[in-house]
Amino acid sequence: MNAPLLEIRNLVKHYPHVKAVNGVDFCLQSGTCFGLLGPNGAGKTTTVEILEGIHTATSGEILYKGEAVGNRFRNEAGIMFQSTALQDFITVHETLVMFAQLYPQNTDLDELIRRCNLTDYLEQDNRELSGGQRQRLLLAIALVNDPDIIFLDEPTTGLDPQARRNFWDLIEAIKSEGKTILLTTHYMDEAYTLCDEIAIMDHGKIIAQGTPKKLLAAHFNDAILQIPESDIPNPDSLPFELQNIKGIIEITTNDVNHTINELIARNISLSHLQVRSRNLDDLFIELTGKALRA
Amino acid sequence: MFLKRFFALLNARNKEFLRDRASTSWNILMPVLIVSGLAVTFTSDFSDQYKVGIFSDKNSVSQQTNAITDFLKTEYIEFVDITDIENAKTKIQRHQLDMLIDTTTKQYWINDESPNGYLVEKILHSGGTHGLQKQTLSGKKIRYVDWVIPGILSMNMMFSALFGVGYVIVRYRKNGMLKRLKATPVTALEYLSVQIVSRLLLIMAITIFVFYGTNLFIGYAMHGSHLNLFLIFALGAINMISLSLIVAARITSEETAGGLLNLISWPMMFLSGVWFSLEGTNPIVQNVAEFFPLTHVTAAARSIMIDGAGLADVSYHIIILGAQSIVFLLIGAWTFRWE
Repeated sequence: MNAPLLEIRNLVKHYPHVKAVNGVDFCLQSGTCFGLLGPNGAGKTTTVEILEGIHTATSGEILYKGEAVGNRFRNEAGIMFQSTALQDFITVHETLVMFAQLYPQNTDLDELIRRCNLTDYLEQDNRELSGGQRQRLLLAIALVNDPDIIFLDEPTTGLDPQARRNFWDLIEAIKSEGKTILLTTHYMDEAYTLCDEIAIMDHGKIIAQGTPKKLLAAHFNDAILQIPESDIPNPDSLPFELQNIKGIIEITTNDVNHTINELIARNISLSHLQVRSRNLDDLFIELTGKALRA
Repeated sequence: MFLKRFFALLNARNKEFLRDRASTSWNILMPVLIVSGLAVTFTSDFSDQYKVGIFSDKNSVSQQTNAITDFLKTEYIEFVDITDIENAKTKIQRHQLDMLIDTTTKQYWINDESPNGYLVEKILHSGGTHGLQKQTLSGKKIRYVDWVIPGILSMNMMFSALFGVGYVIVRYRKNGMLKRLKATPVTALEYLSVQIVSRLLLIMAITIFVFYGTNLFIGYAMHGSHLNLFLIFALGAINMISLSLIVAARITSEETAGGLLNLISWPMMFLSGVWFSLEGTNPIVQNVAEFFPLTHVTAAARSIMIDGAGLADVSYHIIILGAQSIVFLLIGAWTFRWE
């Protein structure tokens, strides 16, 4: 395996009464998308902001291309914060030009504008952008210096489903160019779709790490059957582990065939039956004990 | 690379200010309105009272003639005790006093270009032999608007510097703009330099515009060098921008910043000699005023405009403004935080 592009060793950040990050280690390989997941307060934003140079670590080591992070990293990193105000009374084009001039090297601005679908809004004041346009501009700003590594902090939060899908396409396109991405997100489907590797944080530590498929395989070998409550006259009589979630009975089972046969034997209608595999939402709750957006 | 980043940020900041029409208009309109209001108010003769300065001691009072004693009882003349005879002569030259009587040397002074001086002299003569020897001085009338304009320009500069830099930095810190810039190669020194230069350019442009614009229809007394006045205003602007950097160094709340900026600006506005002379006020007030940059900008600008002073004449104010600027800048840069 090649040397990692970014290597984090025993990262610690302590505030007077809080251990926000408590010994975090992980590596980002070139050309991969690494997802950092965790409930609010898990320490993922603090971790990412230490990597971005916004905060200073209490202790630990961060190596970029084998060297301690410094000016080189600052010049070669692209950063998209979850929420960033842009200068008022400045157009989209002027904003991009301004950020481009802050770096020693730039990507082709016309190509960047086209790729981020900003062509129609170039002369628009930053204040007048919609949520989706604004996120695309923030992504363009993060890419303006042709970065080798890109930090995306909850980039699709607040976007409608269509804008979110469009944004995913943009990120996939960036990935296909061999760029390295560190993504934090609350959306498990986003992490599953975009990330080659994920790490789940809680209480300042990484509690699970690996590819999404391997993590799911390691933690689950069962499936969930979902049947409307109205189709099961007497659920308490069933010999299964089950939960009633808003009128839907969920049966967790290691043997789907056996469970379905049991249901048929009890004359339970299967016309509304749905079978689903475990997903990252389940894994997240399993590991952290918390709802995703808690 | 420093210059490239510097001009990129400067360009964006200037555009932001100039396109913010409400802010730009207010920065220009406020001093114009104040100056115009004062010009209209104080050029009309709302009082027919004359003002006579009396310099005397116990001996001379007992020896003064009946004519002088009667004169001192004249109604509609305000008699003012004088302690500094040379300062009083200057006021005669500026038409701020209509007559000055020195009973110790038995002399009186009037400005031979002052109609009020002529009339007060007639009143003095009407009482009979007074035994005073006439002395004349000359000099153009200094209106209140001439006296107050250096202070108003300085005050406008103060508000623009304090709120235009301090408040804006705090707003950018609060909404995350500074955090975004911190994630770029831009250094704190570059960012603060841009704020200083951008606001300095805007303040000087507005000050020049207001000065020459209102001068067209008011016509100020301007006996000194325009370049010297420009330099004093530039130094004053740098000083007060630097002061605002201290306020903005760490605060994250616009409300706190606004309160602190008001706490700094309001005492300066009233206790720096902008509206009235601090002569004769409580010594504590005068001592406190010495620490205010606005006091020194106003005094130096007033000396240049009214007295025709050179930079050497106002070197005391220049040294204080310069020293304060360096201290403010160092503290502001040292304590600055992006977040």
